[in-house]
Amino acid sequence: MAREPKSKPWQTALVLLFWLAVWQALAMGLGHGGLFLATPWQTLRALAVQLPTAAFWRRIAFSSLRILAGFGLAVVCGLALGAAGARWAWVRRLIAPPLALIRAMPVASFVILALLWVSSANLSVVVSFTHVLPVIYAGVAGGIADTDRQLLEMAAVYRLPLAKRLRYIWLPGVFPSFCESCIAAMGMCWKSGVSAEVIGLPDHSVGDALYRAKITLTTPDVFAWTLVIVLLSAALSAAAAAALRRAKRALCGEVTA
Amino acid sequence: MSIEIRGLCKQFGPKAVLQNFTLTVRGPLVLMGPSGCGKTTLLRILMGLETPDAGSVAGAGRIAAVFQENRLCPQLTAADNITLPGGSRAAAVRELRALGFAEAELALPAARLSGGQMRRAALLRALLCPGAQTLLLDEPFTGMDAGLTAQAAAAIVRLAAGRDTVLVTHDAEAAACLGWPVVRMQPVSSG
Repeated sequence: MAREPKSKPWQTALVLLFWLAVWQALAMGLGHGGLFLATPWQTLRALAVQLPTAAFWRRIAFSSLRILAGFGLAVVCGLALGAAGARWAWVRRLIAPPLALIRAMPVASFVILALLWVSSANLSVVVSFTHVLPVIYAGVAGGIADTDRQLLEMAAVYRLPLAKRLRYIWLPGVFPSFCESCIAAMGMCWKSGVSAEVIGLPDHSVGDALYRAKITLTTPDVFAWTLVIVLLSAALSAAAAAALRRAKRALCGEVTA
Repeated sequence: MSIEIRGLCKQFGPKAVLQNFTLTVRGPLVLMGPSGCGKTTLLRILMGLETPDAGSVAGAGRIAAVFQENRLCPQLTAADNITLPGGSRAAAVRELRALGFAEAELALPAARLSGGQMRRAALLRALLCPGAQTLLLDEPFTGMDAGLTAQAAAAIVRLAAGRDTVLVTHDAEAAACLGWPVVRMQPVSSG
């Protein structure tokens, strides 16, 4: 299939304007002052009210720290398990059932179970960890499987030391698939982490704010918090992608000429 | 030093590729023969990448090789690839220049080099590998024109001196450039 050409900035802006207009028209059509669907302007106004408050930033910090802690732990464990799984078949067989179970389980069921084991404050750590781990594990295992066998044979014939094999053959082989899984997992961990907070309602969390906005029927606040979550997820995914690209250049001795 | 190859047999499924193959490699030699006669399989056995069904190999020591494919790390420059097993970067750059690399090409990652340039880098990686007692060169002139082949052959003769070397080629002219003894392999008869 032919690759779709990249959109020009004005085309992207036009598409964005079109959907904002659709959103505005729908909200105005539903009426009731944005009770069922807040307008873009109401959403931005609700966000502008929140932005200068300390409580807003506290909630952002609270949720970000916990969700990112879960993500970081999952990356470390996913790397270790992926490498061990590639080396020993019994590791792959052993961890396949729990990972399949986590993938199949609805977030809500998992959150309710997790609430029996951890405090609601740390719920998003556990939930983002468990939802990111299978993605990172699959990315690492896939990357190891994709590593160039011919280069590995060359390394064996030339008796290259392990450090060089890791840096120049294994890392460049694993990185593309690992990066893709990290970027996808960054979005997932926000969705699952905030969902957990909406159910567990830890104080000072984004999920708690979202829930409060819903029960008080302040729809513009629901939209504002949703926008915050989407923007945070997109910004952190982009930051993760940039950091991983830099790390690849530095770690794999990549030449950029 | 010499490599003693005794009674090698290798079969892939029903097809016998090597049958009771015996050869003593003392110094350099050129191995020629029709496609499928087992030249590459023999080199892979010498490299330890294939296990023979029967027979033995002794005395190969530390090996440097040119494979059928270039097998360069695509993100590294030609000089970085050549010095991956060790050795002097200055020598790598000098030999690359001697084999026609321009300054700009020395700065390029291997992925952006032409097929012929990659082949020359792969060849120099083997020739400049420090401590290699045996050189196994599988079609090292692939992708090179007559002029470059002559230059590469001269570099091989100079840099392989004093080491047991098996060079596989289909190119009789290139083999003549080397001036080395030629061993002709025959395919295993199916009957």
